[in-house]
Amino acid sequence: MAVRTLLTRKTLSSFLRNDPKPIGTAAISAAASTQSRDLHVYTLPDLAYDYGALEPVISGEIMQLHHQKHHQTYVTNYNKALEQLHDTVGKADASATVKLQSAIKFNGGGHINHSIFWKNLAPVREGGGEPPKEALGWAIDDHFGSLEALIQKVNAEGAALQGSGWVWLSLDKDSKRLTVETTANQDPLVTKGPFLVPLLGIDVWEHAYYLQYKNVRPDYLKNIWKVINWKYASEVYEKEAYLVNQEDRP
Amino acid sequence: MASCYFNPIPTSSRLISADLSTKFNIPKLLHRKKRFGVLPRSSKVTAFYGLKTPPYEHDALEPYMSKKTIDIHWGEHHRNFIEGLNKQLEKDDILYGYTLDELVKVTYNNGNPSIEFNNAAEVWNHDFFWESMKPGGGDMPILGLLEQIEKDFGSFTNFKEKFTEAALTLFGSGWVWLVLKREEKQLAIVKTSNAICPIVWDHIPIINLDLWEHAYYLDYKNDREQYVNVFLNHLVSWNAATDRLTWGEAFVNLGEPKIPAA
Ligand SMILES: [Fe+2]
Ligand SMILES: [Fe+2]
Repeated sequence: MAVRTLLTRKTLSSFLRNDPKPIGTAAISAAASTQSRDLHVYTLPDLAYDYGALEPVISGEIMQLHHQKHHQTYVTNYNKALEQLHDTVGKADASATVKLQSAIKFNGGGHINHSIFWKNLAPVREGGGEPPKEALGWAIDDHFGSLEALIQKVNAEGAALQGSGWVWLSLDKDSKRLTVETTANQDPLVTKGPFLVPLLGIDVWEHAYYLQYKNVRPDYLKNIWKVINWKYASEVYEKEAYLVNQEDRP
Repeated sequence: MASCYFNPIPTSSRLISADLSTKFNIPKLLHRKKRFGVLPRSSKVTAFYGLKTPPYEHDALEPYMSKKTIDIHWGEHHRNFIEGLNKQLEKDDILYGYTLDELVKVTYNNGNPSIEFNNAAEVWNHDFFWESMKPGGGDMPILGLLEQIEKDFGSFTNFKEKFTEAALTLFGSGWVWLVLKREEKQLAIVKTSNAICPIVWDHIPIINLDLWEHAYYLDYKNDREQYVNVFLNHLVSWNAATDRLTWGEAFVNLGEPKIPAA
């Protein structure tokens, strides 16, 4: 979507045109403060809870590194790649533009996925781990038999995922089906299907658990359910499942 | 020496079953029918491949790679790959009797890996990785290896920059390799995802670096760049690399064509 916006943009900002320096981090921060510029700059979202609030399930150290370092790096590199894209598109440099796609997908995906992940978690005292009720609860029973069966399935697929990636509880807006999906690296869920909406995404990169769980990914997966924010997943489900009936189909 | 190439063949090897070729598209070279004649089916096999130990103590790479990292990386991750592989082979003995090299190539199955590939390749990669480092490593490569690096990368500094760049632009888990390419007769840097080992493309590996987060997270957290720098400046074993290149030269003529005088 961002790519299309850029491609149809008619004017490049004077900042980019006149700046002889190679585009880099310095250029981005300068650009961010330039009023004339209309390229959106992504920023790291705040968490709704303290870094230590998910302990003992996820340590404060993990949360802090994960948010301040990993997620920040995806944001920084996504902005950098979009700057470069702006530039290569302006210069009509097709091969450089195409070359940027993998960095955009990886870093943009990293930003999208982590933004969802933080909302999928909540401290126990704020309702973390409380099972889903009503619509989503019933839908889970319908599709998987029980919440316990869904958890087993997510844990099994998350543990079996080779390398780095994500395991999702997904809603297909089109068929209204709930499924468990996995994506590699930072591929967002939508790469698995145009109608898929993430209700819940669990990061199974090693950085998400290594300092605490080392190589034992299954223990991380087993424990994370104690801080899953089902309220958020339910809200997304109710909104998206309802919207399905209103939406114009392409 | 590049011992990965010379894994001893398990002594109680059985006849490779004839239906092997229906499961795998096996290159001719790898057919080993009746290599040992028909052996009687012996008692239940419990292990096919053993866990090789790194060629140094676990604290020998301190402070650049901690004992704790090697304890877990070798003692848990590497061990789990071996145990997982042996468990898979136990179920289905048509792959029995292969060297690890052959197993990796055969299970890669021309890009449609069978379930055993991941563990087999990870065992290969980790064996090779431990031997790619040494205490007091990271000096300059010598003689023929240095010359070849300078020939193929312009300079040793250039090589280090290229290797680092490859490591920092690998998306997700995987490996960065210095390999000798047979066809091109030159050294090249190759990135691979997750478990992929470049012997499946017939390259000759010279050095590899593990870029799964587990390889550096306890020591360097998210700072992959520092880990790569430390590897190049303090850990990499150019001795091992020289041995591997020498071995590779048995298959790839890196010199000017030597035409014997009449
Ligand atoms: Fe993450
Ligand atoms: Fe590893």
